[in-house]
This record gives sequence, structure tokens and C-alpha cells, in this order.
Amino acid sequence: MTVRAIPGFGLSIGIALLWVSLIVLVPLLALAVKPWEMGLAGVLRSLSEERVLASLALSFGTAALAGLASLPVGLLLAYAIVRLRFPGRRILDGMVDLPFALPTAVAGIALTALFAPNGWLGAPLAAAFGWKIAFTPAGIVVALVFVALPFIVRTVEPVLRDLGRDAEEAAATLGATRPQALARVVLPALAPALVSGFGLGFARAVGEYGSVIFIAGNMPMVSEIAPLLIVIRLEQFDYAGAAAVGLAMLVLSFAVLLALSVLQRLLRRGRA
Amino acid sequence: MTVEASGITRRFGDAAALDGVDLTVREGELVALLGPSGSGKTTLLRVIAGLEGMDAGTLRIAGQDMAGVPARERGIGVVFQHYALFRHMKVADNIAFGLDVRPRATRPDRAEMTRRVAALLALVQIPDLARRYPDQLSGGQRQRVALARALAIEPRLLLLDEPFGALDALVRRDVRRWVRGLQERLAITTILVTHDQEEAMEMADRVAVMERGRIVQFDTPSALLDQPATPFVAGFIGDAARLPCRVEGGIARFDPLPVAPLPAAVPDGPATAFLRPSELLAEPGSGATVRLLRPQGGGDAHLVVEAGGLVLDARAAPGSTLARGDACHLVPRGGRVFPTAG
Amino acid sequence: MSAPFRSAAEDAPWARALLALAAITIGVVILALPLAAVFTEALRRGWGVLWAALAEEDTLAAIRLTLIVAAITVPINTIGGLAACWAIAKHDFPGKRLLVVLVELPFSVSPVISGLVFVLIFGAQGWLGPWLQARDVQIIFALPGLVLATIFVTFPFVARTVLPLMQEQGREEEEAAATLGASGWQIFRRVTLPNIRWALLSGILLCNARAMGEFGAVSVVSGHVRGMTNTMPLHVEILYNEYQFAGAFAVAALLALLGLVTLAAKTLLERRGRHA
Repeated sequence: MTVRAIPGFGLSIGIALLWVSLIVLVPLLALAVKPWEMGLAGVLRSLSEERVLASLALSFGTAALAGLASLPVGLLLAYAIVRLRFPGRRILDGMVDLPFALPTAVAGIALTALFAPNGWLGAPLAAAFGWKIAFTPAGIVVALVFVALPFIVRTVEPVLRDLGRDAEEAAATLGATRPQALARVVLPALAPALVSGFGLGFARAVGEYGSVIFIAGNMPMVSEIAPLLIVIRLEQFDYAGAAAVGLAMLVLSFAVLLALSVLQRLLRRGRA
Repeated sequence: MTVEASGITRRFGDAAALDGVDLTVREGELVALLGPSGSGKTTLLRVIAGLEGMDAGTLRIAGQDMAGVPARERGIGVVFQHYALFRHMKVADNIAFGLDVRPRATRPDRAEMTRRVAALLALVQIPDLARRYPDQLSGGQRQRVALARALAIEPRLLLLDEPFGALDALVRRDVRRWVRGLQERLAITTILVTHDQEEAMEMADRVAVMERGRIVQFDTPSALLDQPATPFVAGFIGDAARLPCRVEGGIARFDPLPVAPLPAAVPDGPATAFLRPSELLAEPGSGATVRLLRPQGGGDAHLVVEAGGLVLDARAAPGSTLARGDACHLVPRGGRVFPTAG
Repeated sequence: MSAPFRSAAEDAPWARALLALAAITIGVVILALPLAAVFTEALRRGWGVLWAALAEEDTLAAIRLTLIVAAITVPINTIGGLAACWAIAKHDFPGKRLLVVLVELPFSVSPVISGLVFVLIFGAQGWLGPWLQARDVQIIFALPGLVLATIFVTFPFVARTVLPLMQEQGREEEEAAATLGASGWQIFRRVTLPNIRWALLSGILLCNARAMGEFGAVSVVSGHVRGMTNTMPLHVEILYNEYQFAGAFAVAALLALLGLVTLAAKTLLERRGRHA
């Protein structure tokens, strides 16, 4: 016999299960089932098209690059927000969440305007280095850094805050220099958070659409991301083909997240 | 209000938190559940309150079977370990809560509720704190609010889960005497969970000692001290030291330890003796060494003695003038001896 | 003369200054500049043009549609999210961790896929497509499709904001209320809800901001019919692709403002929640 200490379980779990099933489970089931209408051979053929492979490589490659690029930047921002006192710190703290709150289409046209050949940043970069950012894969990375950055900052920040200064002070009393203390005491403690922040940012970046399509240029084989390919296949009423790309993206990104969580566990164990 | 529990079993996964517990609490009695952490005492309290299910057994309160009766219909007052005060409500609203959630037909009107809250605040001696929020109170005040809130529903039974654990040692002694007085005055059947034996021994009419999900002995405090039923109780109550010995013809011998023999009414063979510090006297002699010494005034002293690799608490024999580093031997003045199992 | 005391866990003054400068520079370049670009572009030809662009009929229709979608989406995800949080935080049941994973799942799904899944079910060649067509029910390329895709995308916001707080607050207060005779609804209304109100409000705001600003998912299910199935973010895209930059940035500025207000409100609520 089960006794529920707090009443109201039946109603709440009922609503929750209905909500999760109708909105998440059934639709994702449709995604998992649809591609196989083409049969295994059809799915493999559909996914091995050069354009599909190029778009998947581009999406995962740029997301990984953007995640990696965001790591030092995010770490610096988190350190500044938690440890330093300077004018504008609280504004900076609030601004970090901007990419969460700014609609992706807005971010997309804003970044495009900035990095276009005649934009505030695009023009000087082109003049000084001859770099072309907007309408190239580099533009995609820029947009994805914007998207991934807050995940890293917000994952590292609470860990850094909880870390306190005891360990660093202990390191100092044991004769460590400041860089030694940071590298050997602080950074290892933050490593699991950096990995999980990278994972969150990466997962978001892989699927990102709104902020990318404006700046990407969308050239097949060069700057066409996988989500865009899904849209294109849907417009051609190739539902199964679109679902195949979608399923491939989901499976690949869950594989990456799984690998990251294993890495994170290893880092934790090393510390404990 | 009586409580009759029989065969109560509660498993969490493979582990049995309660393993066939029998307990009968008489009308108006204060019973303490005493045991180390993880012995199941809080789980038993939660089962009685209806906050935890049971996998087997029956529970009757005032003769009524509690199977299927949810916590909210049991009418049992519970004071939680950390009080669980509603942090967003003022003290008065906390206390009135149990009256305020009643269906309209049985809910007292505003004026009556205010009157009752005032009476309860007076009862727990914090008449001026009605408008405060819980985080504006001291630990002792919060405890009184929690008690008043539990009493507001006029419970048939009061359950206290480590109610003094969050108080500092100085306040604790006063508060527990006050609570015991209040309990006696209201004549309300009460079950108290504690891991503090001093608290259990001082407050309870009877103490149920729990070990690994079972009640190993249920008796008055003095009976627990004088006739412990198991080696666990003997060791747990009174901080007794555990000494290996050998019984021959009704005498426990401790060789090679420098401890004098002790009469023991157990069969011959290997045994374990449990000796409280007050029962072990140190006299000048040989075999043991005084390592630490804490004067108790009046020539009395509490000693820490090392003997044969064991560290024992003992008292200095009257008139002896032992100092740190002196050699001595030990004389037990009493103790409980159990044959070693197997 | 003695040097001022510096804690062992503190960087040298020059290092601190350098780090702060770097952080500010990054903040300005990566975070503030895009925002500035939106408002600058929107106001390039003055307030008059901005107003005219916003007052255009298609734009007003897009704003109206966006409000309707959010007005349906937010309550559904609030109720579902609260129910899930209450069940997870205050009760034990098998499969609890799976439920948590499922609630958070939409966050790791591409917005385009979030739209796609509903096309697979309700689209012309989807599971229910022919059946719906025979009955002349339009889901994809219509309001229901927009709403479904938006619910999927904003699904975890309320639950994710509220759940950690509910779990941290434990069950003791609810259990105390139960022993005092309160019913499930009374406990939720009078004990749980007051303790989570600021987090709940913050979650609702975030859910709303994303619902109004979602692009990828609604883009897939919308069909882009001007004045009919165009939400504000989709309208931005259409105007932009038609080189109507003034209009595109005007609508974008409105959306950016929504984001900024949400951000400010969330920050205030978090500060409030910390003190309460």
C-alpha cells in the first residue's frame, strides 16, 4: 500500500504526463519513425548525398568551433563577473543573458549588419586584414559564438562563486604563485563546468537556425547548415528526407552530449 | 489516546528502514524513540504521522485502524526537525493554518480564530510575536511556534522529531523541561524522536531503543540502565566501554588487562563486559597508565587511562592521588556482562 | 613605506585592470554592438519612418498573431510545467528521472526539428494529413501549427526555472500542511505557490519572450502567408529579404525591446527572490 504524504499527486502527474506525451513524446516518435518509410537503403542513400554530408559537417564543425572559441571568452567573462569589481560589472552581468532573450532572427540581422562588408565591424576587418566574415562559414561561427557564450558563462559562474577563495589562499600559503594557483587549483575545479557549458552551448549551436541563415550566405556545399537543408527538403515535400536529416542531427548531437557527460564524469572522478 | 503498532515494516529498495516494529504507547504517556542515525526512528514517526507508507504491519490509533487514512485526516500534531514553518506567513498565520484550511462547516470564524491563536501564543509564552515572520525569530522561538501550530488542531497525539536538535546546548535543557511540563499539563500522548540519550532519559516515561529498524528494548529509563536487554543497549546507554573478558564460575576475568575481576551471572566462556566511566575506578598499581586527567572538584577526577592498547574512561578512586603519567590498575564497581555470541 | 595589503587570492592590480578591460571589450563587441546595430538601423531614417513601418497593416497583423500565439502557449506551458514540477519535487514515483529528461528535451532539439515533427504529423503528407484534409481542418500553415511548434520550443522554460527552487525547498512545509489537515490544492495554493512566486514569474516571462521571438520552429509550420500566418520574427525575415530594411529593423527593434524588458524584469525578480 502506498501512502502519499502530500496529497494531489494523481492530478499533477496526470497533467504532466498528458502534456509531455502530446507535445514531446508523440512528435519525436513521429521523427524517429518517418525516415524508415524509405527503408534502410533509402535512408542511407538520402543521408549520403554530398549536400547532406556537407551540411552536417558544416553544422557540427562550426558548432564545435564556436563552442571551443566561447570557452576562454566565457571563462574570462565569468571570472570578471564573479571576482572583479569594476564600473559596469552589473550591466555586463545582465548583458550576458542577452543572447538568451534576443529573438534569433533579430540577432541574425543584427550580426549580418555588423559584419557585412560595409558594416561597423565588417568594413574595418576587410580593410585591415582582407577578412570576409558575413556570407561565409566564418559568419556562421560568429553567430554561433553569440548563441553559445551565455551557456558557458552561466554554467561556470555558480561553480566559481561556490569555489570561494580558501583553496587559492591555501595554495598561496604553500608557496604557489598566482598563475600556479589559477592553473592548478581554480581551472581544474572549473573543468567539469566548462565541459558541461560547452555541451549546452554546442547542443544549442548545432540546431541554431534564426541567427545563422541571415549571415551564412546559404551556398549549398559551402555555407548551407543542416537545419536549412531540412527546411529545403520540406519545401520540396520530401518529408522522409527531411526527417532523415533531422533524426541524424538528433542522434549525432546526443552522441556528442553522451561523450561529453562521460568526459565530465572522468574529470569529476579525477578530482574526488 | 493510545498507539498500537504491530509488525510495521518499511523498505527503501532492498534496505528495511523498519523491520517488524511493535510498539504500544499508553494514554498520556511520553515515549522516546532513541537510537543512532539510520536506526529507523524518524521513519517510524513518519509512518505514524501518515507521511510514510508501510509495506507490512498494522497501526491503530485510539483503537482505529490507520490503513488508508491520509496524514491530513489523522489529526496528529507534528513538530518537524527543522520546524517546517511556512516562511511566507506571519507567526499568527502559521498557527491559524490548520484551522483555516478546514471546510467551511467546521472552520471557526475570524474572531474565534484570533482568540485561539492568542491563547496558543500565550500557552507557548511568546504572546508578542504574532506579527513576526519565521526568519525574524530565534531558534527557540521558532520551536515554540511549531509547537503552537501543531497544538492548534487539538491533536489526539503529538509527534516530535528531534525537536531540540536545532537549539544550542544552553537553551536546549530549559526548553525540553518546559516542553515536558506542558505535555504533562495538557496530558497529551506524545512520541519523541531523539538521538540524544540524556534527552530521552530525562523526558520520557518509557524509551524505545532502536537499532537497524527494530526496537531492541522498550522500557523505563532506569530499567534500561540497570537491565539492558542486549549488548547494543548496554553499550549505547551510558557510554559504556566494551571490554573482552572470560567468565569462569560466575566471575568475569579480564586478564591480561589490569582490571580486577567482576561477578557475572552468565555461563562460563568468552564474554563482553560493559562498564560506564563511573563504574570503573583507577587505583595506584601497575599495568595501566593515566594519560589525561580532568578534575571534577572535591578531590574527584575523571581520568583517561590506557591499558593494554585500549583507551578507557575511568574515575579516580576516592582518596587516591593519581597524576598524569602515573601507573595504575582498574577496579570495576559494577557492569553488565554478556556472553559473546558464537 | 608599506605596500597596501593584498589578499593571497587576489590578482595584481595591473592584472585585474587588464582582465576587466578585456571583459568590458568583449561585452561591448559581442553583446552590446549587435543590439546597438538594431536600434541604429531602425532609427536610421528617423522616428517617422519607424512609426510608419510599425503601423503598416501586415506588421500590425504580425504583432496581433504573435500576441495570440503567446497568449495560448504561455498558460499551457505554465500549467503543464507547474504540474510536472509539483509531481517531481514533492512526490516519489518510478520513472521520475525520465520525466525530468523529457521535460528538458526540447531545449536540445533544433527549432527547425521542433517545427518539422508537427509537419510530419499534421502536414499534407503527414500521418494525419489526409484525414485532416478530408475534413478541411488546417493545422500546418495555420494558427494551430504555430501554437504547437511554439509550445514545443518553449516547453521547458517554466519547469526549468521553478523545479530547482522547488526541490531545494524540500517537502517539510508541505508535509506540515498535510498533518494540519490541508488538501492538495490548499497546500499548493497556500504553501508551495507563495514560496516559488518570483521564480514562477521569471519562468513565465522567459517562456513568453521565447514564444514571441521564436523563429525557426514557426518558420517551418507557418507557410509565410503575409497578414495571415506571419509572426513578428517571420515578418522581419520577409521584409529583410525584400530589402525593406527600415521595416525589418523596426520590427526587429520592437522584438529586441521585448527581450531587453524581459531581461531587466528577470534580473529584478532574481534579486527579489534572493532577498525574499
